[in-house]
Amino acid sequence: MDLFIQLTLTGLTNGAILALAALGFVLIFKASDVINFAQGEFLLIGAYVTFAMIAQFGLAWPLGMLLTLLIAVALGVIVERLVLRPMIGEPIISVIMVTIGLSSLLRAIVSSIWGNQPKAFPPFIPSNPVNVLGATVGEDRLWAIVIAIVMLGIFSVFFRRSREGIAMRAVADDQQAALSMGISVKKIFAWAWSIAAASAAVGGALVANIVGVGPELAGFGLRVFPVVILGGLDSIPGAVIGGVVIGLLEAYTGGYIGQGLNQVLPFIVLIVILMIRPYGLFGQEIIERV
Amino acid sequence: MQRGFLSKLNSSVLQPGETQLRVENVQLHFGGVAALMDVSLEVRQSEILAIIGPNGAGKTSLLNCISGLYHPQHGRIVYYNGEEHELTRLKPHQIARLGIARSFQNIELFRHMTVLDNLLAGAHVHMKSNLLSCLLYWGPAQREHIEYRRFAEDIIDLLEIEAIRYSTVGALSYGLQKRVEMGRALAMRPSILLLDEPMAGMNAEEKEDMARFILDVNEEHGVTIVLIEHDMGVVMDISDRIVVLNFGQKIAEGTPEEIRQNPLVIEAYLGEEAHAFPFKFNPKSEVSD
Amino acid sequence: MDSGIFHTTYEKDMALRRTPAQKIRLVVFILFLLVFPFFANRYYLTLANQVAIAVIGAIGLNILTGYTGQISLGQGGFMAVGAYTAGILTARMGMPWWGSTIVACFVTAAVGAVFGIPSLRLKGLYLAIATLAAQEIILWVVTHWRALTGGVDALVVPNPVTLGIQINNDFNFYWVVWGIVGLVTIAAVNLFRTPYGRAFIAISDQDIAASVMGVDLFKYKLLAFAISSFLAGLAGALTAHYRNIVTWERFTIDVSVLYLAMIIIGGLGSITGSYMGAAFMTLLPAVLTNLGRAVKGFYPAIDSILPFIQQATFGLVIILFLVLEPEGLNKIWKNIKDYFRLWPFSY
Repeated sequence: MDLFIQLTLTGLTNGAILALAALGFVLIFKASDVINFAQGEFLLIGAYVTFAMIAQFGLAWPLGMLLTLLIAVALGVIVERLVLRPMIGEPIISVIMVTIGLSSLLRAIVSSIWGNQPKAFPPFIPSNPVNVLGATVGEDRLWAIVIAIVMLGIFSVFFRRSREGIAMRAVADDQQAALSMGISVKKIFAWAWSIAAASAAVGGALVANIVGVGPELAGFGLRVFPVVILGGLDSIPGAVIGGVVIGLLEAYTGGYIGQGLNQVLPFIVLIVILMIRPYGLFGQEIIERV
Repeated sequence: MQRGFLSKLNSSVLQPGETQLRVENVQLHFGGVAALMDVSLEVRQSEILAIIGPNGAGKTSLLNCISGLYHPQHGRIVYYNGEEHELTRLKPHQIARLGIARSFQNIELFRHMTVLDNLLAGAHVHMKSNLLSCLLYWGPAQREHIEYRRFAEDIIDLLEIEAIRYSTVGALSYGLQKRVEMGRALAMRPSILLLDEPMAGMNAEEKEDMARFILDVNEEHGVTIVLIEHDMGVVMDISDRIVVLNFGQKIAEGTPEEIRQNPLVIEAYLGEEAHAFPFKFNPKSEVSD
Repeated sequence: MDSGIFHTTYEKDMALRRTPAQKIRLVVFILFLLVFPFFANRYYLTLANQVAIAVIGAIGLNILTGYTGQISLGQGGFMAVGAYTAGILTARMGMPWWGSTIVACFVTAAVGAVFGIPSLRLKGLYLAIATLAAQEIILWVVTHWRALTGGVDALVVPNPVTLGIQINNDFNFYWVVWGIVGLVTIAAVNLFRTPYGRAFIAISDQDIAASVMGVDLFKYKLLAFAISSFLAGLAGALTAHYRNIVTWERFTIDVSVLYLAMIIIGGLGSITGSYMGAAFMTLLPAVLTNLGRAVKGFYPAIDSILPFIQQATFGLVIILFLVLEPEGLNKIWKNIKDYFRLWPFSY
């Protein structure tokens, strides 16, 4: 029973971080139909910039975190403007490939600044063991879940209430119509990329707080795929639920079965979902007409 | 100058006038929206049958059912070529193999290929070389290839597109693309040719050419033609029989003369207004749906 | 078009190289390949052999992705199947190198066809994601099925020897591998002037129209996956025999990405483009390494950042090509040819 609770909490933590990464991914897809293979690198950059702010420049963590978010937003805008904007109207393969090229470039930049060795992260969230229903877990994991929930809450309020959020939903629904209503689609794309980078940066900071910073954090970029396919590529609630489900699945298979099965099971789930329900649990089904 | 056709264009075995295709009580809906309600009709060998009706009447849906892109929920579509085939259970490529060719409303050519390659792709079902001999381009594969190159030239000749043989299709004008698309369908040596708005968006001269090609194919080669067209002038001129659809139902069927005088048809097109309107030549009437 | 050249028979009209200039360029290229090994040192021979293997893989991927329009991120995984099949058959069962290579091609073709099944329901990016999953699953099996593959440990393959000649020294392997490249090229070129290849292009241009023209989408999509994987398997098997060793690191998702980059930078849907892209992406890191060596005298720290420079260049090259010349090197090559054909009367 202890093991079960421990695995559940681990799964929820990972799920929360996956959800944050997936959220940005889904947002970009919703707004601009682009699959972002560099989402893992956004997370990586978030982790390293937070690391630099707190450990290298010695800033207080709220300030450091705020600066990290600003940098992430700037990164999102720059990437959209320089790399993605010229690709509007190009075939899918080009768009996929340009984000792959971007991921390679970003990873190289991170490695050339901070090197390839994993580093310990100055724990800005305490990791004291606490007792939850008889199982012992690090406090930081609980905080990660809480922070992720808060972030997701902020995003959902943003989408429902703010001007930009509503405009973004309009663009996702129908670009032409949104354009004719005077919404600047380009601005919305930039918003989507900035928010994606920011939410990934928070995810990166959280995961770095638990396991330290290192280039392998970019691996989250691939782990996002099962999450978004399960939840539906264009569904924000889907990204959250998909993240939690995949996080738990990884934790349980890792804990009860082992053999590294937790690394591959999400991808098997991905193929099964694609075969029976390609639009995922919550995604919109698109009927193709001739 | 027209050369004699070296190869047969029509692959049908029926006699003119025999029933070739029978649509029986076909119903098709998408979710709650009914596209076709209890439609029945018959296509006879070597006739030109026009299907007309206002936008959204279900004309294209009917063609899509015949060529296997849609599967109707009720009803049968039976095709005769000596044997009987139930088309609603077959896949599009199997239906193509039976000799039913078609063109599309919004031109669905292979844009990155040349005109010639589009025609050769149309002859796909007839080319039988196996993979290995194709990879080696050896013996039978080469002979077959050259035989069909010659056949493609016959179609190029027929449609008067000699000048654009080697042009990439994507770069051609709309009118020429429509012509090439018909050529690709002809390369299948069809028994029935389904044409979905072959003249939409053309000027008067191009329409006249296209009408001539359709008549050539029908009269000289005996190919049955099922035609969706909005230009009533052309429809009345070239078709043997006309079927009228409205809101997914067949509301009339008959010769051009009968259709011209059918009050239901006039109402469907115009509501209560003037009578002659849809049957005059009117360049603005071909808005596609 | 090429004006002033008229063909009088269908045979000539359908020949692959229709103008004297095309024929001359081909002859020059073949002559270069024939004399190259007699002048090149070992380093250049190794590079040439790597390029040749990459060309085979790139043609394979281009058949699937460039011509048939089925985006695949699974090339690395398929190459792994070929390499491990060949390696295991030769190392554990003593099969001669050429025998295990042939078997590996067919095994990989079968695996590719299985992972191609989702392509029947999925298009575009959904298929790309499915093949990404295939890549991850194959590599997981390779690293975890210890009894068969040796897991993460390297699989050592004995030297390939035929008639007492060691095949995998750089000079001998050059002839073997470029001979195979020649055969693969001829087969690929023929494929795309016969119904099979035309059906592939038709599927990528307009799959619905293709099916209405009588192309069985099920059959041809799986066939495209099988043919493409066959060549991926061939490239993998040749790597195994050439290197004497098979390790999983050589077949990660990065390799799938590398091959996609090759065909995009070379030119999608072009055999010539596959050559150019394979050569470009194989030689690029080598050129950078040499540049690094050159500046090492006055900038000794270059060694530690060279890998990052290579990675950054890789990313940058992809982005720049897509933004500036999406049709790749093949298009640039075409523009150069057009310029000189009309020169000096370019207008």
